[in-house]
Amino acid sequence: MSSVAAVGIVPDAAALHRRSEGRTAWLLAAPAIVLLLLFVLLPVAAVIFLGFTDFELGYGKFRLVGFENYAHLLNDRTFRRSLWNTSVYTAIVAPVSIVLGLGVALLIEGEGRARGFFRTVYFLPVASLIVAMATVWQYIFHPTIGPLNALLSLAGIPGPNWLGASNTVLYSLSIIGIWQSIGFNMVLFLAGLTAIPRELYAAAHVDGARSALDRFFLVTWPMLGPTTLFVVTISVTNAVKVFETVKMLTDGGPNKASEVLLFTIYQEGFVYLRVGYASAMTVVFLAILVVLMFLQYRVLDRRVHYT
Amino acid sequence: MSALSLRDVKKSFGGNAILNGISLDAEQDEFIALVGPSGCGKSTLLRILAGLDHADSGEIVVGGKDMAPVAAADRNIAMVFQSYALYPHLTAGQNIAVPLAMKRLSRSQRLPLIGPLLPGQKDIRAGISRDVHEMAAVLKIDQLLDRKPGQMSGGQRQRVALARAMVRQPSIFLMDEPLSNLDANLRVHARGEIVELHRRAGVPTLYVTHDQAEALSMADRVAVMIGGNLLQLAAPEAIYNDPAHIEVARFVGQPRINILPAVADTGFVDFHGIRLALLEKVANGPVSLGIRPEFVKLAPDGRSGLAGRVERLEFLGSEVIVHCRLDASGDAVIARLAPHEARDLIAGMPVGVLLPSEQAMVFGPEGRRLRIENTAAPARQAPAYV
Amino acid sequence: MSNTAIPAGRIIRFALLSLGALMILAPYIFMISTAGKTQSDIFTAALSLVPQHFYFAENFAKAFAKVPMATLLWNGVVVCGLIFLFQVVVAIPCAYAMAKLKFPAARLMMVLVMLGLLVPIHATALPLYVAFDRMSLLNSYTALVAPFTISVFAIFMFLQFFRAMPDDLLHAARLDGMSELGIVARVIVPNAWPAVTAFAIFSVVAHWNDLYWPLIVVSKQAYATPPLGLMYFRAAEAGDDYGALMAATLIITLPLVAAFLLAQKRFVEGITMTGLKG
Repeated sequence: MSSVAAVGIVPDAAALHRRSEGRTAWLLAAPAIVLLLLFVLLPVAAVIFLGFTDFELGYGKFRLVGFENYAHLLNDRTFRRSLWNTSVYTAIVAPVSIVLGLGVALLIEGEGRARGFFRTVYFLPVASLIVAMATVWQYIFHPTIGPLNALLSLAGIPGPNWLGASNTVLYSLSIIGIWQSIGFNMVLFLAGLTAIPRELYAAAHVDGARSALDRFFLVTWPMLGPTTLFVVTISVTNAVKVFETVKMLTDGGPNKASEVLLFTIYQEGFVYLRVGYASAMTVVFLAILVVLMFLQYRVLDRRVHYT
Repeated sequence: MSALSLRDVKKSFGGNAILNGISLDAEQDEFIALVGPSGCGKSTLLRILAGLDHADSGEIVVGGKDMAPVAAADRNIAMVFQSYALYPHLTAGQNIAVPLAMKRLSRSQRLPLIGPLLPGQKDIRAGISRDVHEMAAVLKIDQLLDRKPGQMSGGQRQRVALARAMVRQPSIFLMDEPLSNLDANLRVHARGEIVELHRRAGVPTLYVTHDQAEALSMADRVAVMIGGNLLQLAAPEAIYNDPAHIEVARFVGQPRINILPAVADTGFVDFHGIRLALLEKVANGPVSLGIRPEFVKLAPDGRSGLAGRVERLEFLGSEVIVHCRLDASGDAVIARLAPHEARDLIAGMPVGVLLPSEQAMVFGPEGRRLRIENTAAPARQAPAYV
Repeated sequence: MSNTAIPAGRIIRFALLSLGALMILAPYIFMISTAGKTQSDIFTAALSLVPQHFYFAENFAKAFAKVPMATLLWNGVVVCGLIFLFQVVVAIPCAYAMAKLKFPAARLMMVLVMLGLLVPIHATALPLYVAFDRMSLLNSYTALVAPFTISVFAIFMFLQFFRAMPDDLLHAARLDGMSELGIVARVIVPNAWPAVTAFAIFSVVAHWNDLYWPLIVVSKQAYATPPLGLMYFRAAEAGDDYGALMAATLIITLPLVAAFLLAQKRFVEGITMTGLKG
């Protein structure tokens, strides 16, 4: 190419060069684009389309039913129950695991020698197979032979049937959810804490911020803004996506007291094979994710970035 | 009684001594520059003064009060940090208000969300706002008060940091290389401003810098710290003309002072024909002879002075730095000449190096300055060359 | 902060952390202890941590007899390995093109990536399942791996990483006569190592743990991944033989936990990488 340029047709050479670079770029990105179309865009389009049909797996034919599935969803008691349960679960797990994650991170940050040990311990659940740990929790929560109720009976408290009663099952699942995500949030907060310039704390001391609380509100909390936003986003979406523990431990029961969104979609779509109807639910699920993202990035993002 | 005094302050980190017993007194209104190469402990000293670090031993007394049991927040010592350390989420005005809010609002009134709802603070907040605006007017940053640090230039940030430090009328002012993040032009301009602000505040200022020009041009007294020791604390002229230690002489002055190996023998110091009488008793043996480059003259014809050779010339506009080497001893000597004096010099040519004995300083083997005859007011005398 | 408050604060902090750590560790402690207990021990002494009769060998033997542990672990390794391999091979060239080449569709790609970050497998599972069913691909490695061959997160992460790479490095490589593909293979990939390992950990943790998709496309033991296998075992045992169940749980949890304990720093880095935000 340089030899062409030397002859004196520089602009053409530049254009040629740009075109060849563009072609290379397309070539390099092609596999990703094809797979993205095949496994993300097309399926999403298909889900939206299927949501307007009465397609059932096993039947060859289907017809367009317009918004019938969605109208049906409005009156579907199971679905409404499932939406409510997911909201309750999220409303418990996300804030509690965020606050505890931040608390643990702050405590560990100030810790000296035992810092590495505690970080390992709190992070352990993240690296553990959640399906496996769920069975352990099931044993712990067992109404008669479980250690938790044995402990409570020592104190003279009659323990509840944690996972077996409809008024406690959601809270029991929440405990597992919190246990599982504290470590993850902690690690993110720790990373956020180490990124805070030490000089800001020095300035806070010199400016008269006497107590740890003063310094927390003056420096730590505002400087953690971007981290917190990210932790909130991740925690909420992860809580909305709760499935493993429900499938493993309760199958949505008892009495649909632990029906959550993904479990209901799974039942409808893959057990009853009502793909059309389940697709409509999936669209609702996707819409919830989109709204959450939108809220977090449009409304909150502006408040936590300072430059 | 001095406004600030440090007594034998010591500090070490993991066996490494950072400060070897620093003692220093500062008068009210005094501007002291702490200067030294990086790692000399000057910033540590500042942090100990502010209460951000604790000394292993020694005393810090401010206004007659021992500071050891007083937390940083209660010392009423203001500090300007190298990075300015402005709170990025607060506007300039809010940044300046922080020390006042911490001082004047109660613990519960300072809480976010709930705080502003509590009674009895409207007047306090109005007072704070008034003081912030006054301070901003002094520093001419009124128009910046609503901006966040991210939207300001380096110079503007530096002014906001100064305002935040000054607004609560501290009893001592500490500055940790506040100009090192500014570009060269702004830096020279800001020097004058900081001195002006210091005068206005009327409290002792300790100013840490590694830039000797800054220290010499701004301070009433300069403290030279090297390797955790305070080697000399004196007026800028004395630091330059009458250094107490070889390290001080080496550190201050651009280009560096010429240090030549000489020999002390029965009360005299000899260096290739230069003979100086010592006023104090020194064991026979090697000593060092120091001569500032501006006193070295060169004779292009080579007929006078010590025989040497020009190695390299640096033309700097108003002056020329000439690097020479002495034939006899192989020592490097730097001369700082006016351009017309260097007109006939070219690299490689032989030259006579003239070292004025009146301007020579002698340092003992451990670096301490040794008194010699005939060195009173050295800068004023017309030098006689050998 | 007066001098006496420091030790008191430190004691409280240490106590709080220890209490929390105990709660985090409790399930592991009970898992290990129960895996060594006999049925009768389990029913009578829930709180005693040291088994009365050491029954570890029997419980583990039972677990190994009833759960095809080797198959499960092998499936887990194959599936996670293949997924990771494809993700990296697909994502790196794409991210390179977006970050360093004059790519006319870079903006469009960025939008696609951002959209993709929003869509979890749960949202695309239905049509993918229908499609795999039509192609008779259920119960196969293909079904387990294919949907995850594209990771927008990988593209996003490598993109961030490549953007931080100096252009001069690439200019030098071009002057040395390398082709674009050669640059990717010989300059970009070796230098992207930290990002690749971090992503490896993120990817393996995610897919080793995933139950949703394997549950949908696999109905035969032969293709079961560890979570699915454990679910089968539990269903078959009706959840009563906790000793054997805990033994199985222990075996299945162990590989990843051991990997974590060995390469802790990398793990935390990998997980923290998800905190990279553009």
